[in-house]
Amino acid sequence: MNDPMPAESGSGLPLYVQPVPPDSGRPERSSRPLVRQFVVAPENWARLAGDAARASWRWSGIWAEDRSPVLELSLLLERAGQYSWVRTRIPLDALRLPSQTSAYPAADRMERRIHDLFGLVFSDHPDPRRWIRHQGWSGEDFPLRRMYPTAGRPERSTPPDADYPFVLAQGSGVCEIPVGPIHAGIIEPGHFRFQVVGETILRLEERLGYAHKGIEKIAEGRDPQGLVRLAGRVSGDSTVSHAWAACQAMEQAAGLPVPGRAQVLRALFAERERIANHLGDIGAICGDVGFAFGQSQFGRLREVFLRLNDELFGHRLLMDVITPGGVRCDLPADGASRLLEERARLRHELATLRPALADNTSLQDRWCGTGILPGEVARTLGVLGYVARASGVDHDLRRDAPYVPYDLLEIRVPVADAGDVAARVRIRQDEIDISLGLMADLLDILPDGPCQSAWLAPQPGAEGLGFVESWRGELWAYVRFGTDGLIARYHPRDPSVLNWSALEHLITGAIVPDFPVCNKSVNGSYAGHDL
Amino acid sequence: MAGSLTLWSLALLQVLVFIAGAPLLTGWIRRVRSALQNRAAPPIWQPYRELAKLFRKNVVLADEASWIFRTTPYVVLAATVSAAAALPAVATHLPTDAIADVIVLVGFLALARFFLALAAMDVGTAFGGMAASREMMVASLAEPAMLIAVFTLSMTAGSTNLSTAVGYILHSGLVLRPAFVFTLVGLLMVAIAETGRLPVDNPATHLELTMIHEGMILEYGGRHLALIEWASEIKLMIYGVLIADLFLPWGIATRLTVPSLLLGSIALVAKLAFWGGLLAMVETHFAKMRLFRVPEFLNIAFLLCLLGLLSHLILEVAL
Repeated sequence: MNDPMPAESGSGLPLYVQPVPPDSGRPERSSRPLVRQFVVAPENWARLAGDAARASWRWSGIWAEDRSPVLELSLLLERAGQYSWVRTRIPLDALRLPSQTSAYPAADRMERRIHDLFGLVFSDHPDPRRWIRHQGWSGEDFPLRRMYPTAGRPERSTPPDADYPFVLAQGSGVCEIPVGPIHAGIIEPGHFRFQVVGETILRLEERLGYAHKGIEKIAEGRDPQGLVRLAGRVSGDSTVSHAWAACQAMEQAAGLPVPGRAQVLRALFAERERIANHLGDIGAICGDVGFAFGQSQFGRLREVFLRLNDELFGHRLLMDVITPGGVRCDLPADGASRLLEERARLRHELATLRPALADNTSLQDRWCGTGILPGEVARTLGVLGYVARASGVDHDLRRDAPYVPYDLLEIRVPVADAGDVAARVRIRQDEIDISLGLMADLLDILPDGPCQSAWLAPQPGAEGLGFVESWRGELWAYVRFGTDGLIARYHPRDPSVLNWSALEHLITGAIVPDFPVCNKSVNGSYAGHDL
Repeated sequence: MAGSLTLWSLALLQVLVFIAGAPLLTGWIRRVRSALQNRAAPPIWQPYRELAKLFRKNVVLADEASWIFRTTPYVVLAATVSAAAALPAVATHLPTDAIADVIVLVGFLALARFFLALAAMDVGTAFGGMAASREMMVASLAEPAMLIAVFTLSMTAGSTNLSTAVGYILHSGLVLRPAFVFTLVGLLMVAIAETGRLPVDNPATHLELTMIHEGMILEYGGRHLALIEWASEIKLMIYGVLIADLFLPWGIATRLTVPSLLLGSIALVAKLAFWGGLLAMVETHFAKMRLFRVPEFLNIAFLLCLLGLLSHLILEVAL
């Protein structure tokens, strides 16, 4: 039975979705992405997904909160730089909801995650297996419910997570290769299960959750300072982005204006984070195909770059430089000149290194045509950042839904169509270039003035959403304050949540020894996904 | 002529110096590699430190490990040392010349590989089995190429005995033989594949899924690993010395006098330094090949060796 396409309201969503008037105190200027709020009845939850998918809304994430006696579920959709925030409420004693997975494959793991942490059953979900809550947890422990103690209910010994029912490939000559969760390199834990014939990968299944630290649970009851410290530790390589998103959300909730100088410095930190991570990753991608020259050169560039962070701002990865209401450290007097000097030097070095990589046929032979993610798959999965842009998805929050200070700048977004490792490397090289340009632009528009405004106690129950285009892609955080001015709910959505599933698709049909370089070219964060 | 005791002790000394010096070649390659990549280099004796560290450590065995797994390190080292003994390195006309046969040498190396592959599958991990199958794929393509190279040589010298071959080449002087040029390039490619160097295999990687040789020894630790690592270092040197013997024997001591032995040693060191430098250059310039390019690479090596054989038959025998 085909429902006729329901009439759309002015918001672009079907009529059964009720708009919520925005709070009067909220400024409606374009200094942050436009978010419209809606509510929908639980029975229309899956229907909404189908209609929204047909109207080409992008599924950006869901999160839940235990607001006894109901569970409040929020969905964030995006289209053309505008966000729709749709909520629904389900009574805690009847936790059932239709799944959105059939309309949005990206919802699959996020719904399993919400089931694991809250006990909400998605009635027609195709995959009933646990996702984030490994077998170490007992069946009725739902850690994000209010009643569940923050310390957990530790058992004497944690049962092994050995009997997870991986999907098996059948046939003669099919082998299974388990990899991880502990790897030989200094990387985070995660398990990969390959089904192979000879060297050809028939199927890869990821098993994540080993880096689950209960970020969302221990965020509850923190003060704003404490939350930013925690947000900066969600994923160490994205510390600036997560801290910035959390601060944006809290500042929005409190209605706190942030000084212009602090806004620009935050963007400067974010661009530096982008450049440092791209440099390190390009080196690592060279290393994964045995090209030690590229690895050591790019590793050196990243290291020199990080050392300047340490000298100017006091931390190599810029951890804890962003604080609610502003930034903790100002640019030193000679800072601008040193940054520009470094920029010129880095540009010069990259100008010699880039052809060295591009002209090395043995290197390009490994990268070109390896790990192809078709654009269609990238769109269906809602993949973000350079992974999406390398597959032809032209999306960048800084340009499409600009937040301060990017509303003042012109952002160039590189896009490629090939979707292979080479394209992802090329996009990241371009992004380094663009970010180096932005660094100079930001220094140009850097206003004088204070770096921080005093914290303003938010209204009880005030909430906010902070958006940042992190180096991995769109990243946002939801914050709601309780009655005591402390955090009641914090949900960071790292881009890795959506990008991890891309790896499973792009590796199918590749050969086993190409997996490391494919993985590195996507580089999802385990910690950012597992929380 | 010196007495047979002196001769035997000289032969023994040659083998001991050979196996004791092998880690030095690895250290040298790493130094050149670091220099080429603008990195600070570890000291040249770093491989000795690593071996010493491993010898001090305890052996950890998998529960499923059988006697194959436990004896393999010794078999591998013994076979490799025997292969090294068969090779005239500093001097010819030693008593070990009797076994200095290329086919014996290839046989010893194949024996070591056979046991390594068995041991890799013995503990039943996925990485070991995968690496063993890859190693066998490489070996099945590299060994025929190597044998063809050996045949070209033995047809030229009229013997598969290395000492005789060295003598023949020295005697006939510096002649540019097309057969030898083809065979040299083919054999260099085989050597890179057989010793597990880039662009065929990456000895420096930590990525289990990409490993060939390292994947087979992933489950080894302590003394066992030290023996296998040492054997790999010796094997690397064997290929260097073999290629030097066959294509560039000048300098090798044919009379057992002190000056000529001294000259032989210096010549050997110089040739090995060149060999190491060459490997380091290849490793800096090339990324690792995609696994299924390795057969193409080895097929080219095979073809070159075959061309060498043909040009020998056509140009040298027919005339």
